[in-house]
Amino acid sequence: MSSYLVGLVGSLLVLAGIFELLRRRQLSEKYAVLWLVVGVVVLVLTIFPNLLTALSRATGVALPVNLLFFVAIIFLVCVALHLSWELSRVENETRKLAEDLAILRLELDEHKRQGRHDHG
Amino acid sequence: MGRQPPGGRVLIIVPAWNEERCVGDTVREIRAALPGVDVLVVDDGSSDETVRNAREAGAIVLELSYNLGVGGAMRAGFRYALRHGYDTAVQVDADGQHDPHEVPRLLAKLDEADVVIGARFDGDDDYRVRGPRKWAMVVLAKVISGLARTPLTDTTSGFKATGPRALPVFAQYYPVEYLGDTIESLVIAVRAGCRVAQVPARMRPRSDGRPSHRPLKAGIYLFRAGFALLLALVRRWDVSVDAAALEAAGPAEGGAKP
Repeated sequence: MSSYLVGLVGSLLVLAGIFELLRRRQLSEKYAVLWLVVGVVVLVLTIFPNLLTALSRATGVALPVNLLFFVAIIFLVCVALHLSWELSRVENETRKLAEDLAILRLELDEHKRQGRHDHG
Repeated sequence: MGRQPPGGRVLIIVPAWNEERCVGDTVREIRAALPGVDVLVVDDGSSDETVRNAREAGAIVLELSYNLGVGGAMRAGFRYALRHGYDTAVQVDADGQHDPHEVPRLLAKLDEADVVIGARFDGDDDYRVRGPRKWAMVVLAKVISGLARTPLTDTTSGFKATGPRALPVFAQYYPVEYLGDTIESLVIAVRAGCRVAQVPARMRPRSDGRPSHRPLKAGIYLFRAGFALLLALVRRWDVSVDAAALEAAGPAEGGAKP
């Protein structure tokens, strides 16, 4: 019974944390949806532990907790992959910014030099 | 430089992403309909000839290095407007759906409000939506009307005029997430103490691109619109204090410009 309570409080805390991050605008929409779904699934599974047992029976997994671990690992691999993908994109974008900035600096310098020539 | 009486100096902001086919015509049409008003095309990382066509048509062009989305493009536009001493910004889409002849009506309404929406009317023209998309729009309109304490029928319209009080708020806080540029921006404006109003505006069928009518897309739209609204409602926006500070800083920044 106490492990049930720990699970319940834990998942509620996670949900509250996600909500607060969202509220403070520290989490953008695309990640928020993902984590909210995870939080809700965890909460549902803690409230109805029989659901997991039924699911594991349906999928032919002997131990319910193994199903949980399996799904969790798959999910975490997907998250890691997604983050690598996002990071690659962000890297690409900063590179583009640096390139554009360099070009703008050069153009600004040329403009300034021209301005000096015109005046002097 | 345009010095129009209603709304002070007006800047038309046209966010454009790969709109080479219509951006030139849109800019020319705006300049013909509103002589003396500056047109700023914010190129949202286009890979086609959008920039060249917009420049040839006589627009000022702000080139973003990569795609930031409509919200990001508009925020860049608002910041440009603020830095260059404009008082009012009007968003006009590059695809030709918004009729620039309607802009003066939006500007006229700025006497009573800080944000004026050009609301699309169902029924009287080619612009019609139905199914889940329609329900989403109705619910959004109801909730945001309640917040703004004024009847609004079309809260997802991109055709908007932003007055001198709302401009500094938007320049700093304009939301960049999906649908944030419509739904969340109105909530932010209301939270910052700005008045929101609408005037009816005629919409034209797109000259390019296709509206989404597929049921799956409509369903996703419904979900994302609902989520965007919920986010907008629960999120903390400490905008009123900052807005006042910005308002003091705004004109000084504009005045410093040569």
